[in-house]
Amino acid sequence: APCPQWPYCRKRCSYCNFNAYVVPAVDEAAVRACLVREAQTLLRLSQVHSVTSIFFGGGTPSLASPSTVAAVLEAVAGAAHLPAGAEVTLEANPSSTSTSRLAGFRAAGVNRLSIGVQVRGALPAAAPAAPRDPIVTALPSQSLDDSELRMLGREHTAAEARKAVEAARGLFPGRTSIDLLFGLPGQSRDAWAQRLEVALGLCDDHISLYQLTLERGTVLAAQVRGGALPAPPQDLLADMYQTARAVLVAAGFRHYEVSNFARKGALSTHNLSYWRADQYIGVGPGAHGRFVPWGEGGHSREARVQTLEPVTWMREVQSQGHGTRSQAVLSPLEQLEELLTLGLRTDEGVTHRRWRHFSPQLSLQAVFGAPGEARALQQQGWLVLDSGGLRCTWAGLAVLDSLLPDLLWQLQRV
Amino acid sequence: MALAGRAVLRWGARLPSPCPAAAPLCRPAWLPAACERRYSSRGKEKLDMSTYPVESIRNFSIIAHVDHGKSTLADRFLEITGTISKTDRNKQVLDKLQVERERGITVKAQSASLFYNHEGINYLLNLIDTPGHVDFSYEVSRSLSACQGVILVVDANEGIQAQTVANFYLAFEAQLSIIPVINKIDLKNADPERVEKQIEKLFDIPADECIRISAKQGTNVEKVLQKVIEKIPPPQCNTTDPLKALVFDSTFDHYRGVVANVALFGGEIAKGHKIVSAHTKKRYEVNEVGILTPDEQPTHKLYAGQVGYLIAGMKEVAEAQIGDTLFLYKQPVEPLPGFKSAKPMVFAGMYPIDQTEYNNLKSALERLTLNDSSVTVHRDSSLALGAGWRLGFLGLLHMDVFNQRLEQEYNMSVILTAPTVPYKAVLSSPKLIKEYGKDQITIINPAQFPDKLSVSEYLEPTVLGTIVTPHEYIGKIITLCQDRRAVQKDMLYIDENRVMLKYLFPLNEIVVDFYDALKSLSSGYASFDYEDAGYQSADLIKMDILLNGNPVEELATIIHNDKAHAAGKLLCERLKETIPRQLFEIAIQAAIGKKIIARETLKAYRKNVVAKCYGGDITRRMKLLKRQAEGKRLMRKIGNVEVPRDAFIRVLKRETDK
Repeated sequence: APCPQWPYCRKRCSYCNFNAYVVPAVDEAAVRACLVREAQTLLRLSQVHSVTSIFFGGGTPSLASPSTVAAVLEAVAGAAHLPAGAEVTLEANPSSTSTSRLAGFRAAGVNRLSIGVQVRGALPAAAPAAPRDPIVTALPSQSLDDSELRMLGREHTAAEARKAVEAARGLFPGRTSIDLLFGLPGQSRDAWAQRLEVALGLCDDHISLYQLTLERGTVLAAQVRGGALPAPPQDLLADMYQTARAVLVAAGFRHYEVSNFARKGALSTHNLSYWRADQYIGVGPGAHGRFVPWGEGGHSREARVQTLEPVTWMREVQSQGHGTRSQAVLSPLEQLEELLTLGLRTDEGVTHRRWRHFSPQLSLQAVFGAPGEARALQQQGWLVLDSGGLRCTWAGLAVLDSLLPDLLWQLQRV
Repeated sequence: MALAGRAVLRWGARLPSPCPAAAPLCRPAWLPAACERRYSSRGKEKLDMSTYPVESIRNFSIIAHVDHGKSTLADRFLEITGTISKTDRNKQVLDKLQVERERGITVKAQSASLFYNHEGINYLLNLIDTPGHVDFSYEVSRSLSACQGVILVVDANEGIQAQTVANFYLAFEAQLSIIPVINKIDLKNADPERVEKQIEKLFDIPADECIRISAKQGTNVEKVLQKVIEKIPPPQCNTTDPLKALVFDSTFDHYRGVVANVALFGGEIAKGHKIVSAHTKKRYEVNEVGILTPDEQPTHKLYAGQVGYLIAGMKEVAEAQIGDTLFLYKQPVEPLPGFKSAKPMVFAGMYPIDQTEYNNLKSALERLTLNDSSVTVHRDSSLALGAGWRLGFLGLLHMDVFNQRLEQEYNMSVILTAPTVPYKAVLSSPKLIKEYGKDQITIINPAQFPDKLSVSEYLEPTVLGTIVTPHEYIGKIITLCQDRRAVQKDMLYIDENRVMLKYLFPLNEIVVDFYDALKSLSSGYASFDYEDAGYQSADLIKMDILLNGNPVEELATIIHNDKAHAAGKLLCERLKETIPRQLFEIAIQAAIGKKIIARETLKAYRKNVVAKCYGGDITRRMKLLKRQAEGKRLMRKIGNVEVPRDAFIRVLKRETDK
């Protein structure tokens, strides 16, 4: 599952701390050549035979021309098998999604669209630091209010967002995802409920629902810390989340991951592969990967990060075929820790089969069925361990980050 | 004179020694003594002290409020008498510890014998330095017991301060001659006349007896020395009497054992003499005697009236108890009065920040207490903080200084809990009386607090506090004192705009932040000093802190009934801020017996899950989660509530800057 990164944006959003760059002019031909070259190099290194999904993240990949997307897809298809039905997602920004442009992407091979009506999409190039206290959320929804969009520093208007979603649904019916943010400073419970209703009227079959996270170093975080904007109270955030869950599930959506909802089976194959701890290859500045580099004699899953800064990254790709900045072998314990941390975010949880793949010797039952933290958490109603595997209950999912330290601590002692 | 000349050379040679003043941070306290040994004149000709009969000896101290110039005056004396050479570098020569130089206070008293010719007679002037703070008043009084007179130094600008008063009374009660000196007359705002009037009013010393000096510039310093000779009587004692030596200080030298500073009240002492401690009855043979100049300078003998040191194979400072009397074997004498052990007034728990540092801290404590026998050490342990000690200090500054020395001289960082005071309980239960073997017990640890039903009375330690302040702050200060349950004993205008207040304080009311509060409400102008004033009956109770109904042992406190409500509320609030939210609601309560007096509620987490988690960099996230997982090991579980260790530290720790 390659995930090429287009690191450029026209404007930085006030809440964004991703690896994104606003530059006057992009030498697209050069970037394209480097994305192609790095994808080829890394696919060869991983020796994967078949690619199940591709995700163009960013930055704002919809700012790239369809020909760049096409070139990368061709390179992938040349280096490994790319089945006709493979999911190819592009993150798009409402202001760069005219119908003709979207048609161009579709012609290039894109078959799924994730529109960041408020949020840039699903692929953070630099992971958000785990949010502790200053989790602020607010709620704009699809009908987005222009003032909220301005607060977020988005360059499009609510009308543009609506038009973009309509255009996308026309071209990618059943395969258009929208992002919603809640917990905006000053947002009320009622405002959120209303926005949610409007969003339901506009959306397709996939919604990503994010609590706004105040990341250090962002304009928005500074405004809240400085008192220019209010920080939403924890209880309000919890209410907004629970309201959204209930409303979306009532509308026929499956809450298949902490922040993701789908109906009619429109789950994101690509993102599911992260949560199931499959292999993935990061291509482009600041992209992350997890795969076994069989091609260079490796036998263990590695965590890899590509060089952040685009110009440096390009120089490295040009001289050595890839811009891998760091690679670290993940120990068996670390792999299990990641599996647990990611897998429990989904409604299926960590299945026995998947656990066995990483831990052939010690079963899920042997680790978490024994007396200890996990059992206590089951008794308290936060977790379930049964024939399906280990997963959160409805209530447990909302407090997963309070469960994980206990589970990891129990795992470490085995 | 020849003797002094030799001393100058020796001092000069010592300057580039391996232990200069700018010593490395971890210099052990005993190192200066050990270093000096290399330069001590063993092997050189020993001094003959018999040329200084009792009539030509003067034993005196300098006493002053902090920063009034005591150490500077001592430096000038050392220079004038040729004990050290005159250079610009002579600053606080007798203050050898880094903490003393940094804070401008004397912690460890040093002594120096000065040779001075006045009107054709060679005098031996023994300057017995005293520590400069209230906490060390016990040390001051023991230094004074070796003296016949004092120089009372008062700053010409600041005038009489709280410590001036306390020190004056110590000297007055010891019936010593007092030479009042007004220092810093070179300063622009100096007002010596005003200070003379204060001295006259408060101490009943005629204004014309005050000597106006500038120790910094040396103005009139020689006049002070002359006054010392004229006004202070020589010690009243006789060389032909049996040996009677008062131990007034001691230090520990890793090579030679205990070095005891002694004042001879009778007889003489030399190498080879067999001596006995009146306190321990132990017998020793003297290896070395000498005087301090201020380095150790061996002599053939010491004679009645003189002050010096002796080394006699004592292995621990406890063997050279301050105030003890030494006499010759088989020639016992009546011990000198005034012997009392230093009594700790303030207790605090000390724990290593990391338990793996326990042994290092233990050895640092052992070495530091070798030179500071006034600190009491008891092993203690806390479920939250691990293994540690309960230390007793003479006062707050003593505690601070001790902590600072641990950091500076031993590179140790520690957790110091909020200070407490030793309470007492008069037992009424026959069972408890039998158990303890006495009917009055001292309670250092709240866990030992006996129930009201088996006690006829609880007692708390008190101090008599002296506050000197410009009169505009009186109102605020009186309110502060009343808040602290203090009772006014005296109020006196020492001049038109300066007031001296005396209050009887419960000690626990001043141990934490009284001094800071006083300083801040008086813009730094009020000064404070206190002395032990015994115990008084008090309405004490034990306050427990409960988490979801389960008591937290380390947070139990003994407290005055009137203060329980406010203290309980504060503790609950602070805990609420430091305990992380958990999956269930937590009731944080303060309780007296079964009665809840304060409550805070920490709500359960209703949502705690990171919003976005995809194929980006989850490495940082994993690190955080693993740190939290490992943190589980350090969690103290109270019922099912997990309390991180740093929550305890934040609640228990002394808040130095609020």
